[in-house]
Amino acid sequence: MTSVLAAVRPDSWNFPLFVHVLGAMILVGGTLTAASALAFARGDVRTLRLGYWSLLAVSLPGYILMRIGAQWIYSKEGLDDAPIEEAWTGIGFAVADAGALLLLIALIVGGVGVRRLRGGSGTGLLRATMVISLLLLAAYVVAIWAMSAKPV
Amino acid sequence: MSLDDWILALHVLSAFAYVAGMVVFWVLVGAVRRTDTPEPTIRMGPVVKVGNAAVGVGMGGTIVFGIWLAFSVGGYDIWDGWIIAALVLWALAAETGRRTGAAYTRGMDKAQELEAAGQSGPNAELLALNRTQSGLVLHSLGSALALLILIDMIWKPGA
Repeated sequence: MTSVLAAVRPDSWNFPLFVHVLGAMILVGGTLTAASALAFARGDVRTLRLGYWSLLAVSLPGYILMRIGAQWIYSKEGLDDAPIEEAWTGIGFAVADAGALLLLIALIVGGVGVRRLRGGSGTGLLRATMVISLLLLAAYVVAIWAMSAKPV
Repeated sequence: MSLDDWILALHVLSAFAYVAGMVVFWVLVGAVRRTDTPEPTIRMGPVVKVGNAAVGVGMGGTIVFGIWLAFSVGGYDIWDGWIIAALVLWALAAETGRRTGAAYTRGMDKAQELEAAGQSGPNAELLALNRTQSGLVLHSLGSALALLILIDMIWKPGA
């Protein structure tokens, strides 16, 4: 395994990998911010909005960047033509695809919650967004572990 | 999976924690720029703690597990140019982060002082502290250093 760790990948793979990792880092950062702000808001409208907007304006662009980078590097490695049946790619795709759905649900539910804040309600919906954000963070930890340790 | 695989995973997870913490602070930097009253400034305290924890765990983990990997993995040595570059960048990022934290803590301290004095209204000094230009420049510099570390880790120049 040390030889695999020490292997230097072709230069042409580096930029797509950079885009993938940078996007994933922004995604995790935005989701961590959203979960924390929503968790500690205690009903404060401004903090609840901050949490929701972190998810929308940071996590979502991060996800798009991560997913574009993922497909790009996957294609560069020739895995489009000859897919590999290894656990780490399976985990990566599962978290990316199920995570996209969860992120979308969190954004829709949270968006309705933010709109309802004007009328004095909506905190329950934003609590649901917080719970989904925490679930996403847990899934991202598993995905990062799988992407870096690459279990077969 | 070998021990080195686990250490690599922990190294990468630490890097993610570090950058996630930086992102938390970017959101907070933006949020407090229009904040001139003590209560909303103080309300950011718990989120600041999350950011601090992420950056602390991330910086500690990247250096400890990174050095482990440099010694343990065949083909890499601690004196490789790209590893030395990463260590220098890490040290610069740590010092920049410390100074950024000090710059933004002044706003939080002022907010607590105003609240203790029973002043809950807008305060020009608090707004100026929350908008600290040096803090913004330092956080931008810290983020640029983090980006350079990531580039160094991916391209591994000279490896």
